[in-house]
Amino acid sequence: MTLALTRRRFLAGTALATILPIPAVAQGKPVRIGLLTVKTGPLAQGGLQMEQGITRFLKDRNSTLAGRKVELVVGDTGGNPAGAKTKTQELVERDGVDFIFGPLAAFELLAITDYVAQAKVPIFSLAAAEDMTQRRPNPYFVRASGTSAQAMHPLADYAAKELKLKRVITISEDFAFGYEQMGGFQRVFEDAGGRVVKKLWPPIVTPDYTPYLAQIGGVDAVVQGFAGSNPLKFMKQCRDAGITLPVLGGSVACDDALLKSFGDEALGIVSCSGYTADLDTPSNKRLVDGMVRDYGNIPGIYAAGLYLSGLVAEAGLEKTGGKTDDKDGLIKALRAVSLTDTPRGPFHFDHFGNVVGTAYIRRCERKDGKLVNTTIKTYPNVSQFWTYDEKWFLAQPVYSRDYPPLKS
Amino acid sequence: MNLWLLLAVNSVTLGGLLFLLSAGFSLIFGLMRIPNLTHGSFFMLGAYLAVTLIRRGFDFWTAAVLGGLGVAVFGGLVERLLLRRLAGAELAQVLVTLGLSFMVADACLMVWTGDPIQIATPPALRGTAAVLGIGFPTYRLAISAIAVVFAAALWVLLDWTPLGAMIRAGVDDPAMARVAGIRVSRLFTIVFCLGAWLAGFAGVIGGPILSVYPGLDQEMLPLALVVVILGGSGSLVGSLVGSLVVGFLYNFGQAMFPELAYVVLFLPMLVVLVVRPQGLFGRPAA
Repeated sequence: MTLALTRRRFLAGTALATILPIPAVAQGKPVRIGLLTVKTGPLAQGGLQMEQGITRFLKDRNSTLAGRKVELVVGDTGGNPAGAKTKTQELVERDGVDFIFGPLAAFELLAITDYVAQAKVPIFSLAAAEDMTQRRPNPYFVRASGTSAQAMHPLADYAAKELKLKRVITISEDFAFGYEQMGGFQRVFEDAGGRVVKKLWPPIVTPDYTPYLAQIGGVDAVVQGFAGSNPLKFMKQCRDAGITLPVLGGSVACDDALLKSFGDEALGIVSCSGYTADLDTPSNKRLVDGMVRDYGNIPGIYAAGLYLSGLVAEAGLEKTGGKTDDKDGLIKALRAVSLTDTPRGPFHFDHFGNVVGTAYIRRCERKDGKLVNTTIKTYPNVSQFWTYDEKWFLAQPVYSRDYPPLKS
Repeated sequence: MNLWLLLAVNSVTLGGLLFLLSAGFSLIFGLMRIPNLTHGSFFMLGAYLAVTLIRRGFDFWTAAVLGGLGVAVFGGLVERLLLRRLAGAELAQVLVTLGLSFMVADACLMVWTGDPIQIATPPALRGTAAVLGIGFPTYRLAISAIAVVFAAALWVLLDWTPLGAMIRAGVDDPAMARVAGIRVSRLFTIVFCLGAWLAGFAGVIGGPILSVYPGLDQEMLPLALVVVILGGSGSLVGSLVGSLVVGFLYNFGQAMFPELAYVVLFLPMLVVLVVRPQGLFGRPAA
C-alpha cells in the first residue's frame, strides 16, 4: 500500500478543512514579539531576567495569545544605543515583529523611540525615563512598570507620614534614572514637611563608595536609588563603614531578584516598587512558582515587568480579535487594557500609556533563613503624577540633578 | 576631622588593592612590553573562581590562593600559546588581549550568570577596629596589611634573589640579558604567571568589598593603567606610589569634587604623560 496523495484525497482533505470551524482570527503567520534585551556586559543580569519573564509568560500561555500562535524573536542590544538601534531595525524590517518588548535602559529607548513611532510598532519598555510618557510622549509606547519617580512618590509619603522622618540624604547614580528618582522623592517628601539636606551622585561605575559614605551623617535616614549590582556594593560598604541609619530604597534598590545575593546588610531596607514577589494573588503565585521552578530564583521587577507586558499584549489582542494589522486600533486597544488579577495587582493605563497601579512599600526581613521583602503598606492607583495635577506637573521641568533644588 | 582620617585610611586600602593588581601589570609591561588588557579579567576571574571554591567548602584564604593559582595557569597558557607568537607586535598584543578580555567576560557570564555575587568577609575580620578613636572596618585595614606584606615580599624577590636579578636584567635590557645566558623566554612565563596570580588574588581579597559582577574587569583595568602610567612601568616602587596616589586621588577627589571625580583621577596621568612619559619611577625608554 502506498501513501500516494491522490487528487481526490487532497480535495477531500481541503474541503474538510474549509468546513471545520476555524477561529475567525486565525491568520497565516504567527504574532511576532521582538524582545530587545542585553545578554552581555554589566546590564546582562537585568536583560536575562527580562527574557526569563517573557519566556515564562509564553510557556504559561502555550505560546498562544488570543487564538494566535506567538513567536519570540530575541535581539541582543549589547546594552548600548547603537546596538539597540540596529537590532530594532532588524526586528522591524527583517522579522516584521508586531510588538517590541524592551529595551532595558533609558538611553537605549531614547535612541529608538522616534524610529518605532514612525514604524508604528507598539513598544513595551521597562525603561523608566519620565518624559517618555510626559513631555515627549511616543504614541506607540506602553509602560507596565512605571516611571522613575512613580515608586519614589509613595516612598517619600510613607517616609514623612508613617516613619516620621524629617531630614534625609539621598544617594543615587549620576545619571537620569537617579536624578528622576530622587527628584520625585524630594518633591513629595518636602511637600509633606521633610527636608532633603544633601544629594550625592556617585558615578555609575564606583568600585568604592566610602568617599560618599564618609559624607553621610546628621540625618534620620539615607535614601538610595541604586540599580543593577550597585545596591549590593553600596549596602555592604555602608554597613561596613558603621552607618546604622535606616535606609530607604527605590524600585530596583532592593529588588526581589537581588535578595539572594544580599546578606544581612539588606535587613531593614524599606523600599517601594510597583511589583512585589510576596503579593498574594493567583497570577503572581503562578509567576513566582514558575520562575523558581525554571530558573531557581524569584522574579524581580525585570522578569515581572516583561510578564506583565505579555499580559497587556494578550488583553489587547483579545480586544482586536487577534488582529495586528491596524496599528492605530491595536495601540488604542492596548492602552485601554485594564486588568485585575495580575502579578502586580489591578492596573490600567493613563492617556500617555503609562501604568496606573498599586505601589507596595516593603521591608526587607529574614524569614526561614531567607531574605524577603514583606509588604507593609500599599498605595492603590498610583499614577506617574502622584496626587499632583497633571497640567501643573507637566508645566514643571522634568526631575533632574538640580531640580527640585536643595533648600538652603 | 574624622572625615579626613576615614578618607585617608580608605585611600590606603584602595591603594593596597590597586598595588596587588597593578604590580603584576607593571612587571609584565616593564619586562615583556605587553600592554596586557586582560589584566582586569584576571582580577574578575580570580574572584569568580574563589566564589566557586568557597561554595565547595573551602575557606576564604585557601580560595584566595587557589583562585589566584587558577588564574596563573590561565595566564601562563595565554602567554605560551598566544602572546609569545606576537612578541614585539604591540598593536596585535593590544587587540588580542582586549579580545580575550571580552571572551573571558562572556565566559564568566555563562558560568556564573549575570547576578552579582557577594563574597563573605572572613569571620575573623568582620566588624570595626578602633584606630585613634575612630572605628574602621577591620577588613579594610587587613587589606592594607596584606598589601604591605606583598610589597615587602616582592621587593625581596626582585632585589635579593637570583630570579629577581634576572627579571631586573630582563626589564633593563632583554637583548643583553639573553646574551648573558638568562633564559628570558622562561622568565616571561614566570613573570606573566606571577602577575596573573597577583591579579587573581587581588580579585578575591577585593571581593568582600567590591563583590563580583559582570563589568568588574572593565572597572578595574583603567585604574591599573593609571597606576602604571603614574608610577612607571616595571618599577615596584612606582606601582606602590602610583597605587597610593590613585587611592588618595580617588577617595578625596570624589569626596571634595564629586563632579570632577574623573578629572581629578585622570588629569595627573595626563600631566605625567606629557612631562615625564616614563612615569615617576620608570626609566626612560632606551
